[in-house]
Amino acid sequence: MLKTLGAQIKEFKAASIATPIFMTIEVLMETVIPFLMASIIDDGVDKGDMHHIYVVGGLMILIAVIGLLGGLGGARYGAKASAGFAKNLREAMFANIQTFSFANIDKYSTAGLVTRLTTDVTNLQNAYQMILRMCIRAPLSMICAMAMSYIICPRLANVYLVAVILLGTCLAILMVRTHKYFSKVFEKYDDLNASVQENVTGIRVVKAFVREDYEKQRFTAASRNVYGMFVKAEKLISMNAPMMQFTVYSCILLVSWMGARLVVMNGLTTGELMSMLTYSMNILMNLMMLSMVFVMITMSVASARRISEVINEKSTLTNPEDPDYEVTDGSICFDHVSFDYHGDKENPILRDVNLNIRSGETIGIIGGTGSSKSSLVNLISRLYDVTEGTVSVGGKNVRTYDLDTLRNSVSVVLQKNVLFSGTILENLRWGDENATEEECRQACRLACADEFIERFPDQYETYLEQGGSNLSGGQKQRLCIARALLKKPKILILDDSTSAVDTATDAKIRKAFAREIPGTTKLIIAQRISSVQDADRIIVMEDGQILGFDTHERLLATNEIYRDIYESQTKGGGDFDEKAGEN
Amino acid sequence: MAEEKVREFKGNGKGSRGPRPQLEHPMQSFLRIMRYLLQYYPVHMIVVVIAIFAGVLCSVQGTWFMKDLIDVYVRPLLLSDQPDFSGLLHAILRVGGFYLLGVVAVFVQNRVMVYVTQGTLMHLRNEMFVHMETLPIKYFDQHPHGDIMSIYTNDIDTLRQMISQSLPQFLNSAITIVSVFISMVMLSIPLTIVTLVMVAVVLFSTKKATGMSGRFFVQQQRDLGKVNGYIEEMMEGQKVVKVFCHESQALEEFQNLNDQLYDSAFNANQFANTLGPINAQLGNVSYVICAMVGGLLALNGTFGFTLGSLASFLTFNKSFYMPINQVSQQLNAVIMALAGADRIFNLLDEKPETDDGYVTLVNAKKENGKLVESEKRSGLWAWKHVHQADGSVDYVELTGDVVFDDVDFGYDPNKIVLHNVDLYATPGQKIAFVGSTGAGKTTITNLINRFYDIQDGKIRYDGININKIKKDDLRHSLGIVLQDTHLFTGTVMENIRYGKLDATDEEVIAAAKLANADSFIRHLPEGYQTKLTGDGASLSQGQRQLLAIARAAVADPPVLILDEATSSIDTRTERIVQEGMDRLMKGRTTFVIAHRLSTVRNSDCIIVLEQGRVIERGNHDQLMAEKGKYYQLYTGNSAS
Repeated sequence: MLKTLGAQIKEFKAASIATPIFMTIEVLMETVIPFLMASIIDDGVDKGDMHHIYVVGGLMILIAVIGLLGGLGGARYGAKASAGFAKNLREAMFANIQTFSFANIDKYSTAGLVTRLTTDVTNLQNAYQMILRMCIRAPLSMICAMAMSYIICPRLANVYLVAVILLGTCLAILMVRTHKYFSKVFEKYDDLNASVQENVTGIRVVKAFVREDYEKQRFTAASRNVYGMFVKAEKLISMNAPMMQFTVYSCILLVSWMGARLVVMNGLTTGELMSMLTYSMNILMNLMMLSMVFVMITMSVASARRISEVINEKSTLTNPEDPDYEVTDGSICFDHVSFDYHGDKENPILRDVNLNIRSGETIGIIGGTGSSKSSLVNLISRLYDVTEGTVSVGGKNVRTYDLDTLRNSVSVVLQKNVLFSGTILENLRWGDENATEEECRQACRLACADEFIERFPDQYETYLEQGGSNLSGGQKQRLCIARALLKKPKILILDDSTSAVDTATDAKIRKAFAREIPGTTKLIIAQRISSVQDADRIIVMEDGQILGFDTHERLLATNEIYRDIYESQTKGGGDFDEKAGEN
Repeated sequence: MAEEKVREFKGNGKGSRGPRPQLEHPMQSFLRIMRYLLQYYPVHMIVVVIAIFAGVLCSVQGTWFMKDLIDVYVRPLLLSDQPDFSGLLHAILRVGGFYLLGVVAVFVQNRVMVYVTQGTLMHLRNEMFVHMETLPIKYFDQHPHGDIMSIYTNDIDTLRQMISQSLPQFLNSAITIVSVFISMVMLSIPLTIVTLVMVAVVLFSTKKATGMSGRFFVQQQRDLGKVNGYIEEMMEGQKVVKVFCHESQALEEFQNLNDQLYDSAFNANQFANTLGPINAQLGNVSYVICAMVGGLLALNGTFGFTLGSLASFLTFNKSFYMPINQVSQQLNAVIMALAGADRIFNLLDEKPETDDGYVTLVNAKKENGKLVESEKRSGLWAWKHVHQADGSVDYVELTGDVVFDDVDFGYDPNKIVLHNVDLYATPGQKIAFVGSTGAGKTTITNLINRFYDIQDGKIRYDGININKIKKDDLRHSLGIVLQDTHLFTGTVMENIRYGKLDATDEEVIAAAKLANADSFIRHLPEGYQTKLTGDGASLSQGQRQLLAIARAAVADPPVLILDEATSSIDTRTERIVQEGMDRLMKGRTTFVIAHRLSTVRNSDCIIVLEQGRVIERGNHDQLMAEKGKYYQLYTGNSAS
């Protein structure tokens, strides 16, 4: 993990090294000051030597200025190194996610990836800056102060050493215990927030059933629970400050008593005694700081693990070594194909599928939810690799093609499709960067998207919000189809891509396909029989198996499931088509 | 319809990550937080204030001792031949006592603050939630859910830091500054002036640095918002990126934004980081100057200034800078917390759903042909109508007679989406709404249970204007199965019981059977005791719908509103859902937003809507004979 993260420092190595060096300068200067202070009092004030006071005082100011420069340098390079580190982490993750296969993407949830790229990186950025600036500074400052104390008076310095060890141990025990408590607390806290979320999204249900009071009771009970846990954990933390104070005060008193005796016995000067007292604060403050840094680091360990997981994730799909860069035609062949998302050979979700589709055919695919229709077509553009058997496109195993080549030839309109913020034209050009506006218009005409686009005031320059949220479902689907068409693919796959488009428009789109792109193999997954019944052949799927592959008429005659679906949709059970005409 | 409207209200829902808004009423918010603290924890707060005072005074006492240590004890002892340490020991014990008191005070302060902080947060959280439950649906339409959630998480968290750390710190610092200042004045006025001059320099440079970093922090927030937005969008669409081989373009764009963020983050942190060293080193310079000036004074014995005084003064000088430094470092946290408090109070100040209804729903029984109130659950319900004029009481039997009389409605009062809607449903009738998306079908059903209030016209329920009926009672009498099913964390049993909290297990199972849900539930790993989380994520859309039907069935309401299955259910599953729905509808007044021909055809009345207007009404045969819009929709012959 450390290696992975360390590798991301890259061009910010210099800044990362400079920061502790500057911090060291600052610390050294700060440590010297009380020492000189003692000299002013002992050699200057006591002996009435004004000259000495000026010289040493001037020296002290010079040292303070050098310390300031060190501090500023640390500030600058610490910020640079940590901001740069965060930048590189984000970039490394984002770049690696781009190489992810669908299987990799499935493994992480969208929300999970977003958290890793945002919150987790921020956590690490803060921790890294803390480490660079404090991890050297605090111990060093402590050691220097300790060393100075020993130079001044070893006997008194021993008091500090004992104090540091005692306090350090207590802090460590406290940290470990609170850490354990807090991880439990945050679990409960997450539960509480989940319940708020449930109420926010399900408010209509709550109100419809008049369950406001019930929910209030549940929430207050959970909230009291969280309160109890937090109090327990924080009570431990609240021991920190008094423990610290107690140690500091004890040191001061002890050193005062022992120091005063030493001064009287001429073992110590008054100035030195004062310096010793200054150092006591210095040492213990830094110990406190160190314990805080420690907490921050332990808290960021989880983030670090999550980030390096993404950076180290290897794509489950790789380009072949000597790939083919041309797909010759749109024929598709499945040869004893089994597939499972988790590679389960015993119980795959697609079982022993054999298919032969000729280039230019229009194929309908129908079947219940969960019958693995989408899984079947996802194998064609190698979004997933088969578990057993081979899938061929244009007569060659899909694994032999260059991935980009294959995916540009096999255009999929995914079931869960996404449009991006930007103009309609920009979204369309995802299909083909260099498409002219005329080509884009033509694709939209084919997908019947032109009619609504041209009614927008800005037409093709209309700005789409994230996810195309300012379009209706049917409009989005048609735009996605147009985008896929711009690739001029050999194979076009529509995965339930017209479910929100009314029947008439749906038919119009299919007619346009037949007329305008006859050479393209078309696979159409649909719920509605009407969307597939005029296809050349129809695949009937259930439970990961192909139960029929024939024309509409013959399936009606021979395939019971197909007939069943057909009847349920036509004989008084069809869709009333509330999607008709979304204008 | 409602869905689309909702989207429009939300606008760009992701915009919430932009820069934090300017504080609107920092002072009001601050005072309001203080009011909360005092309201819930008056005694605790007094104890804390006393403890802080005690803590500061004890530590000041210790600093004074430094002066005495050298002047009163060490120096005379140095001069005497036979040093007697008993006086010193005495003094140390006395100061030790003060110190011990100080430690106890710090302990008390920290311990009590735990209760105050966590308790206040709990009260605030509860108050927010309780209040949120009373807010109208409109509130949830208008506010992105992520924003509401963030009030409960981020904003409450920043408040925790402010209450537990910043507030005591501020008080502590204020007391320290005042007491240290007084001590310094008592020790030496000239040196105090020197210190104050240096403080002015520190404050000036602090202001400069925070100003610089503040500007870049705003920039950083903006850039962070952009990067986060981009990340969210791309992660959401990652599969599409893959399908279109768009990886390198996505990365390139990301690098651009990422570089900008780096620039602003670097600058913002750089200036913020300088605060510490500048304050510390200027503090050191101040220390040196005081030492030099003080040394001169002590040497000349001016103003009776002694070496011991100098020692104390220098310690005071250091203690003077510490609180200033701490306050300046807490400032950012406080500003963030006040911004969060603003949002918390905005939620709390949101107007709750109004309910002026006074007609209530009661159990009833018939005595001598007259309706009277019944103590027990009788299966017969009545509306209890207390007339405001003379206090006389009327009972009206709940039958499920619903009438819309010339109703106008718009989510936005200036944009009417339903125009002059008239409709009537007599008890036990099935009324179907058909029409294209956006015709206003869902909207109408949302008016019956008063999720939204109408702009004009009247809706009557058993002859009573629904505005006169208490909202809770009105909704109790209506069963609703929504298009989007929402399930709650809990067992399947608990989820169905949501419809009627005192339902027995047998009643729940009976309802599940009625809804056709029983068989799939029994196939779940733990049957009815299977835990559902994340809105029933482990169930299919169809199964969730079945649970929603069972939930409505167990409530056994006289009137039902059904928003039928969506396109995401395949037709065979839909048939099972349909059977459940059909059984549920038997014998009840039902409003159904129909998607399936069979439901529509045997409805008692079909209402055809278009663009918020009723364009046709009648039963199937009548409408078919009319050969209008219904005929077109039914035959799929949209030759228009």
